[in-house]
Amino acid sequence: MTADKRMTADEAVARLADGMTIGIGGWGSRRKPMALVRAVLRAGLTDLTVVSYGGPDVGLLAAAGRIRKLVTAFVSLDSIPLEPHFRAARQRGGLELVELDESMVMWGLTAAAHRLPFLPVRAGLGSDVMTAGPGLRTVVSPYEDGEELVAVPALTLDAALVHLNRADARGNAQYLGPDPYFDDLFCEAAKEAYVSCERLVTTEEFTDEGGPQTLLVQRHCVTGVVEAPGGAHFTSCAPDYDRDEAFQAAYARAAADPAAWREFVARFLSGDEDEYRAAVAATRRATRRREAS
Amino acid sequence: MNVSRAEICVVACAEAWRGDGEILASPMGTVPTIGARLARLTFAPELLLTDGEAMLIADVPALGRPARVVEGWLPFRRHLALVTKGRRHVMMGASQLDRYGNQNISRIGDARRPDRQLLGVRGAPVNSLNHPVSYWIPRHSPRVLVERVDMVCGVGYDRAAAAGPAATRFHGLRRVVTDLAVLDFETPDRTLRVRSLHPGVTAEEVRAATGFPLDVPSDVPRTRPPTAAELRLIREVVDPDGLRDREVRT
Repeated sequence: MTADKRMTADEAVARLADGMTIGIGGWGSRRKPMALVRAVLRAGLTDLTVVSYGGPDVGLLAAAGRIRKLVTAFVSLDSIPLEPHFRAARQRGGLELVELDESMVMWGLTAAAHRLPFLPVRAGLGSDVMTAGPGLRTVVSPYEDGEELVAVPALTLDAALVHLNRADARGNAQYLGPDPYFDDLFCEAAKEAYVSCERLVTTEEFTDEGGPQTLLVQRHCVTGVVEAPGGAHFTSCAPDYDRDEAFQAAYARAAADPAAWREFVARFLSGDEDEYRAAVAATRRATRRREAS
Repeated sequence: MNVSRAEICVVACAEAWRGDGEILASPMGTVPTIGARLARLTFAPELLLTDGEAMLIADVPALGRPARVVEGWLPFRRHLALVTKGRRHVMMGASQLDRYGNQNISRIGDARRPDRQLLGVRGAPVNSLNHPVSYWIPRHSPRVLVERVDMVCGVGYDRAAAAGPAATRFHGLRRVVTDLAVLDFETPDRTLRVRSLHPGVTAEEVRAATGFPLDVPSDVPRTRPPTAAELRLIREVVDPDGLRDREVRT
């Protein structure tokens, strides 16, 4: 038998340390490991370098001042194009930004997963990403073409946080939506990976819901498994649930005003994950009552 | 026939994909999306389209409606491979665009502490170095069409040339469609020129709305209006809710 890697979100995050480089899976406001991010907020982790296709994961951490350096191609809430907390943090000079192209993030993670120092890409040449980060260099092809390309450095992570639809206790994990995003790469690029899931299943149950190609993450690169139903809320987690647009809109509205944001934090982010879910459910009931009357 | 400015813009966007063949048309924004679907329904039936997420769609639904038929799977990782293979023509937005076609969607102001943080570079660097790129600017103004962009995300002709053969090899900017005119880079020094003025727009208006000197030849043509068949497709099939009018003022 292989190890039982089940743990709580707080236990997973307790294994991380200030100053770490942490990769966060998902994409924009899609299948983000939000329960793990909320645990990072609770644990008080700070001085982080975050690598992410950014969404509200970056927004929440930036609003709390936990990010020292952000490596990303964008930060967006998808249905709301600009992430308000990230904007505010940048506009007050609150975090260092290393801006890479979307494909460069993928190749940086791939290089790390393959234990290579860099991978050559065309993307970036002529653009200001060459100077936006410290020291992006080029490399010249040793073959007849002699092309000079960008050497994307490996984005090696101390830890990866990802959320998938299903996982077993050993760390195998399955996505059931239309896009795997890059969660397997994040796990393979990291020294330790923590996978939260909507539902913990037995290994035998994987085949009930999807073919073998849906088994995205393998146990040999997973350190901990966290059962977290609703763990991507308020981002989407197809097919289990869609993005909570009303909640996301409230989150973005609250960002505009310090008092409103303090109230949002008090209501949703000051307790544990159970209290978060209870507060979200209470808000939904209140909205339904308002709409009914 | 009464044709709105938005409908002129839809056709101008559609024309950007004419002759592209069997490649992915990637429109960003409402009017380019209507344009790409119009092109596919009329003169460019080979174009591939996505549902905006991970699926290639075989039918052409109205804006905001789901597709019924999926013909392929294109999650982000495969999308990035398709981009580098070059089988794509994107029409991106631009917060700033200069005369050489350098585009900025990342930030206004300096890198350390910008006045306005925008989206980030997204895929603009990989797009502009690998396949045809056009731009859609729904509000032609000197704040968008600027002398110099604050951050080069999409690479223009001068910057590609300076970066060398690996940068110019697959680089090519096709069209800039705005609410006033269609522009392109078909000049000896690869700088913007007006290709056509939309009906009712004067050369003086376009010059005044551009943040750098722009030559408008006296014999510049008018942007073509939609045909009756195109107008019916725009109004009844692709955009029955009139979302185009929210992006372009009449």
